[in-house]
Amino acid sequence: MSWILILEQSLNGLQFGLMLFLLAAGLTLVFGIMDMINLAHGSLYMLGAFIASTFVQLTGSFTLGVLLAVPATAVVGMILEMSLLRTLYARDHLSQVLATFALILIINELVRLVWGSDAALPGPAALSGPVELLPGLRYPSYRLLIIGVGLAVAVLLYLLVTKTKVGMLVRAGASNREMALAMGVNIKTLFTLVFGVGAALCAVAGAMLAPLFAVQVGMGENILILAFVVIVIGGIGSIRGALVGAVLVGVVDTIGRAFLPILLGAFFQPRVASAAGPALASVMIYLIMAVVLYFRPKGLFPARG
Amino acid sequence: MKAKLVYLAAAALLATSVQGADKVKIGYIGTLSGPSAQPGIDMRDAFQLAVKLNGGKLGGLPAEVLVGDDQFRPDVGRQLAEKYVKSDKVDFLTGIVFSNIMLASAPIAWDNKTIYISVNAAPSPLAGKDCNPLFFAASWPNDAYHEAAGQHATNRGYKSAYLIAPNYQAGKDSLTGFKRFYKGKVVGEVYTKLGQLDYAVELAQVRAAKPDALYIFLPGGMGINFIKQFVAAGMSNEIPLITSGFGADQDIIRPVGEAMLGLFDTAHWALDLDNAANKKFVAAFEKEYKRLPSVYAAQGYDTALLIDSAVRDTKGKIEDVEAVRKALKAAKFESVRGAFKFNRNQMPIQNYYLRVVAKDNQGRLVNKTMGTIFKDHGDAYVQDCKMK
Amino acid sequence: MKRSLVVLALLIVYPLAMQAIDHLFYVSFASRLLIYAIAATSLNLVLGYGGMISFGHAAFVGAGAYVASIALAEGVTSAWIGWPAAILASALLAWVIGAISLRTRGVYFIMITLAFAQMMFYLVNSMKAYGGDEGLTLPQRATLGFGLDLANEVVFYYVVLALLVAILYCLHRLVHSRFGRVMVAIRENEARVEAIGLPVYRYQLACFVIAGAAGGLAGALLASHGKYVNPNVLHWVQSGTLMIMVILGGVGHLWGGVIGAVALLTLEHAIADYPVPWLTQLAPNYQQHANLGVGLVLLLIVLFAPQGIAGLLSRKRHARA
Repeated sequence: MSWILILEQSLNGLQFGLMLFLLAAGLTLVFGIMDMINLAHGSLYMLGAFIASTFVQLTGSFTLGVLLAVPATAVVGMILEMSLLRTLYARDHLSQVLATFALILIINELVRLVWGSDAALPGPAALSGPVELLPGLRYPSYRLLIIGVGLAVAVLLYLLVTKTKVGMLVRAGASNREMALAMGVNIKTLFTLVFGVGAALCAVAGAMLAPLFAVQVGMGENILILAFVVIVIGGIGSIRGALVGAVLVGVVDTIGRAFLPILLGAFFQPRVASAAGPALASVMIYLIMAVVLYFRPKGLFPARG
Repeated sequence: MKAKLVYLAAAALLATSVQGADKVKIGYIGTLSGPSAQPGIDMRDAFQLAVKLNGGKLGGLPAEVLVGDDQFRPDVGRQLAEKYVKSDKVDFLTGIVFSNIMLASAPIAWDNKTIYISVNAAPSPLAGKDCNPLFFAASWPNDAYHEAAGQHATNRGYKSAYLIAPNYQAGKDSLTGFKRFYKGKVVGEVYTKLGQLDYAVELAQVRAAKPDALYIFLPGGMGINFIKQFVAAGMSNEIPLITSGFGADQDIIRPVGEAMLGLFDTAHWALDLDNAANKKFVAAFEKEYKRLPSVYAAQGYDTALLIDSAVRDTKGKIEDVEAVRKALKAAKFESVRGAFKFNRNQMPIQNYYLRVVAKDNQGRLVNKTMGTIFKDHGDAYVQDCKMK
Repeated sequence: MKRSLVVLALLIVYPLAMQAIDHLFYVSFASRLLIYAIAATSLNLVLGYGGMISFGHAAFVGAGAYVASIALAEGVTSAWIGWPAAILASALLAWVIGAISLRTRGVYFIMITLAFAQMMFYLVNSMKAYGGDEGLTLPQRATLGFGLDLANEVVFYYVVLALLVAILYCLHRLVHSRFGRVMVAIRENEARVEAIGLPVYRYQLACFVIAGAAGGLAGALLASHGKYVNPNVLHWVQSGTLMIMVILGGVGHLWGGVIGAVALLTLEHAIADYPVPWLTQLAPNYQQHANLGVGLVLLLIVLFAPQGIAGLLSRKRHARA
């Protein structure tokens, strides 16, 4: 067990966690402020990736393509909010769950109609090689970019939420919506804006992860559950909670996948150990969520007092 | 609600009564969507090309090919098999790419006395103790490419090897096959999740293990992503990568590109095999689809030719399943791979070649034949098969 | 009541008609519809009558399916052992999951049921001994004895029908009993019921377990029907599909689960297998995009007809009076 291995796996976990954070941040805000369960959040992630693939093809540049896709997806998100989702705020949770589930189906098929079942989004050629971080550790430079972007966005969000007026309104709405309303905050615009920011974050995650995974219909569903687990662990409505929760989940998942098979391999055959390792890592994440909820039913950093 | 069902039933009755016995009906199920769709698409395209070049007929009878997409899901493949076998009453079921989907779907054909011809997957149990008279592998026994690769690694003198394959029957077969002919030390044997696309975790482990060679069986999108990430991690300069032909053919070469140059792989077929059927096939495929055929396409094409020969040799009496079986077993057709014959477990006996990814005289990336590793090679399981 | 009898009569006559025209495939198809009707009805109990948004119901159906499958795979072919085992296993699972989840409320409840279902999915996925994500093909259907050969499609259909009728009857009795009235009261206003002094948690848990057990039966039937089980049956998207059926049919109505299951699956099959000429001209690939229609219908129902088909039907009846 070399230090290089541990360091490399930790970087992998951090990378995964930061992307999860981008998804979780938008989700927790929508949830915290509008009290709406939005299952279609994963669909915005998928849309971001598909839109990015088109822009990258059109412009021939990865950076430009991604930069264009982010506001484009934000606009789509805001239109969705203004037209449809707004009517759901007043409805009960079941209606929200079902309506947004219906949205997943609809958006999946619409994407299939427009783009087909999958699209290609190759990473920037300049970053297709490694960077020598330490002697013996040549880490893929593209993943370092992901970590960089994730951290930058986290800092930006922090500044936005704590240092700007809009951020203050967001925090007020998250901690006590009725009071914020009573104080005369223009709730409608605020909600639309928050939704737009959430969609933008999804797009960044979708576009950045696309070269590693694949841009395909249904990619949102898998990661959506993890995002929900993250915000439940972190505390609904809290961005700080989303960050802590996301990095925790990312690192646990990665370390689990990396080292559990080795641990199990001492007792079981390789094929069994290989299957059980990732499964146990996934189960661990839910166990962590259950434990957190038991001691802190509102999550680690609840936005509401 | 029930009225609707009665109406549908009547409609179905009408639809099926129009069908006659004067054509060959083929149920073709393939993985046609998702990141690992290219092999399935190649197979289907080549299959349909063969039918087209034959004037829309197989063995002299007009051919109706029903094509369905299993979306890489065993339950969807199974539903399609149910429909084709029980509702459409096809004469042959074929096409499935991945062995897990095949193992879930083919039994439906067998339960209904329909022959399944595998274009691709031929898992080891079906070569041995579970061999079935209604199962024909027109492709290869699952282990074969990997046995050849293991032999190659031994020939090259690699003292240690790290192995990676997906966690399903074909994956298990692949590494078992490699180990059967590799005489060095296996320092790692990892089974990844089927369909996994991010290999950062596994690559870090490989780097730490420092093997003399890395052998992977990762078909489709899995291979594409792995090789790209392998190169991105700077490991392509440190550790020689060997793969089976499944991980190095056109479907992976196209998205990965020049990073594949110099990669060694093993297969039973290559673009430059020198026989008349192959030359005709490669030219026709390129003309029709504007791309080079992969080993998967060669398979789809050959399977259609095999069915064609069987229908022809039974003089169209395809309701007689025993006669069709005999005709299939005789395999009297011009295969693009050259010599072809079935073993008594209805798996092929054929040659396996060493190939390398290089540029052809038009500058395109192709697999070039470097030598023969095995001649007239069968499989290790035939002695467990009780068929005569 | 009269309408129910008419429907029942049609359901009884149906397979004989299909057999007469040599379309046993449609008897098998109808059996599948009825099995999903049982699953949806079990969810209806917890969702419609109990008001608990359980997004993990697929876990119970799946648990039943796997227990029944493992029994068959290991050679225990008697349905008298396999099916009660499945019901027991699902009930136990529901008890454990319910006991923990019901301590939470609102969105946390939804999340936790979802999370538990996913946990089950991953666990089952890693069981390589029983197929893992390739699924498990079963050698045969369960055996009932008494000369009832479940391999015969028509016999299997009647067995499923009988079970469905039994479950509907039980649900009817349950709903009209004191237990049922308490559940509905809890759904309407939990605080008030607490105030009266009734143990809300215990009532909810009991409801959850009963629903889970019924779901397990559906799972066992599903495994026998297809002679195949696969971890996808536990996936949360399956839970969503079951919810769609309940909402479509009419949440909280006795026949809601049945109507929804039959309607949704028939619609999917019709779209996929029976191309409508003018629609094909308009959009050549429309059959592969059936989910678009399903999504739209679901959305419209949620927005404009939250009581589902059963709600529309009973509204019409009242309007006439």
